[in-house]
Amino acid sequence: MKSNKNINQKNSIFKNWLVILVAILFIALPFIINAYWIDVLFFFGIYALLGLSLNIVLGEVGLFDLGHMGFMAIGAYTTAILNTSFGIPIIILLPISAIAAGAFAWLVCSPIIHLKGDYLCIVTIGMGEIVRLTLNNNPFGITGGSNGVFGIDFPSLGSIFVVDNSTKFYYYIWLIVGLTIVGLVNLQRSRIGRAWNCIREDEVAAESTGIDVRSYKLLAFLLGAGLAGVAGNIYATKLMIVSPESFSFMESCMLFCIVLIGGMGSIPGVLIGAAAISLFPEVFRTFAQYRMLIFGVAMVIMMIFRPGGIWPRKRGALKFESLLIKAGEENG
Amino acid sequence: MAKDNNNIATMIRSKQENKETDKTNKVVLETDKLTKKFGGLIAVNNFDLKVSQGQISSLIGPNGAGKTTVFNVVTGIYKADSGKVLFQGEDLAGKKPHQIIKKGIARTFQNIRLFSNMTCLENVMAGQHCRSREGTWSSILQTPGQRKEELEIKKNAEDRLKQVGLWRWRDELAKNIAYGNQRMLEIGRALASNPDLLILDEPSSGLNDKESEDLIVFLKSLVKENLTILLIEHDMNVVMGISHWVTVMDEGKKIAEGLPEDIYTNPQVIEAYLGKDEEEEE
Repeated sequence: MKSNKNINQKNSIFKNWLVILVAILFIALPFIINAYWIDVLFFFGIYALLGLSLNIVLGEVGLFDLGHMGFMAIGAYTTAILNTSFGIPIIILLPISAIAAGAFAWLVCSPIIHLKGDYLCIVTIGMGEIVRLTLNNNPFGITGGSNGVFGIDFPSLGSIFVVDNSTKFYYYIWLIVGLTIVGLVNLQRSRIGRAWNCIREDEVAAESTGIDVRSYKLLAFLLGAGLAGVAGNIYATKLMIVSPESFSFMESCMLFCIVLIGGMGSIPGVLIGAAAISLFPEVFRTFAQYRMLIFGVAMVIMMIFRPGGIWPRKRGALKFESLLIKAGEENG
Repeated sequence: MAKDNNNIATMIRSKQENKETDKTNKVVLETDKLTKKFGGLIAVNNFDLKVSQGQISSLIGPNGAGKTTVFNVVTGIYKADSGKVLFQGEDLAGKKPHQIIKKGIARTFQNIRLFSNMTCLENVMAGQHCRSREGTWSSILQTPGQRKEELEIKKNAEDRLKQVGLWRWRDELAKNIAYGNQRMLEIGRALASNPDLLILDEPSSGLNDKESEDLIVFLKSLVKENLTILLIEHDMNVVMGISHWVTVMDEGKKIAEGLPEDIYTNPQVIEAYLGKDEEEEE
């Protein structure tokens, strides 16, 4: 028993050091690499945030959502239109974009939430495409058609703290990713996260165990869409322009791949998946024409050898101090 | 022969217990002219069932008699076409399964339905979902109240796991433990919601003799804690061993009810199970 405890302690010390090391590396990176790579890492952050948001819906609850870019588009366009037309500061629009995307998700998903598996998948594809096509058709002349909306401000807090260059954007996105991770880890360890996982495992049993399946599914969509809306806001301010083709079906598929590659419901997995999707094409830029081929082969190989993803969530690893103490009594 | 003697012994024992529990004969669950149709098939037909407080009631009948359908209507998975389900005097019509468990009816399934990729402890913790209430924001921010509740959930789950004898498997995934243990885990998960009425759908199917006996002892210990149990069962040894009251169902209708020993000799019941004697028919 004692040795077991020691191993656990060693593991947690090792993990703490790893986290600190990664954190230091992330803070120091912009001073080492050039501006191009800082931008690459920024988009890694955007993909990580989007991956985390889809992970709530797809990973935790097991709902196939192939229209996730639609939620991001709502967030991005909310920011773009309200900022360029009314001059509302970006930092205020951050929560507003999240709320707008969440409200949209609630509205669209309420009638379709009872659908299962493939059927939900098809409907969400349709939803994502409808959002993109609507934006493209310039309804009421507010979305600018295929040109999109441009001239979006930088995020700023007063006039002193303005996020206006690549390095600041890098810190900005990773700060938000960091906060999101903390929140999502807390959620995973709560009754909400447990309820989500129960629904993924067995819906009928979850309902009979007292979980309001419908509400919890909607909650997942709401939170996922809200986070995607936040990602949309940051994306819009970084590029200063939003246009419909950024939110294509292919992008939604990419997000799907991020969660599948990393491991459903696993937060470190999602980060790895996001890294694979965003960094891989940059590293192998010389083989650009074979990129999709390599990507496809990699997916097939992975599905054969690691169907659970690169870093699947470990269930037994949950730490319960009280359990460790009592385990000795039972063995004796 | 030895087994038969054993049976009679347990029957006598259950008879004695009947006398003890007769005093508290309050009806907990009642179905009134319950009817459920699937297309042209009448699965449950004007079915009346009474379950008394602090007793083990059994619902038996041949395959396809509609027993599980009754359970599914009571727990809200199916909607009744007509008739009422009353739990402690309250009509359960239109209630969803997650609302019904909150009222105090917990159930298990005929073909075990666990959260297979979650640990045993998490399964039991999930069972307490309807008895906890911390929301999304407090969970994201991990407020002190949320932590306290989570700790309570853990502690209760630990107790329940010990109660069903699965303590050593707490960190194992539910899909990895033995079949008999999975049955017990499902019962543990149902118990975690602190129910007044526990509905078990063939709890002893797939268990060996030893495990069935352990189950009988366990269910009896639950009833002593003033829990009411309603079960569907095929294993006559289990039914006769623990039931205080038996209801027999065939083709959606109630054909008999009474004390186990009366049911055992009831000609209608024997007919339903074994078919009519040919000579008699002629």
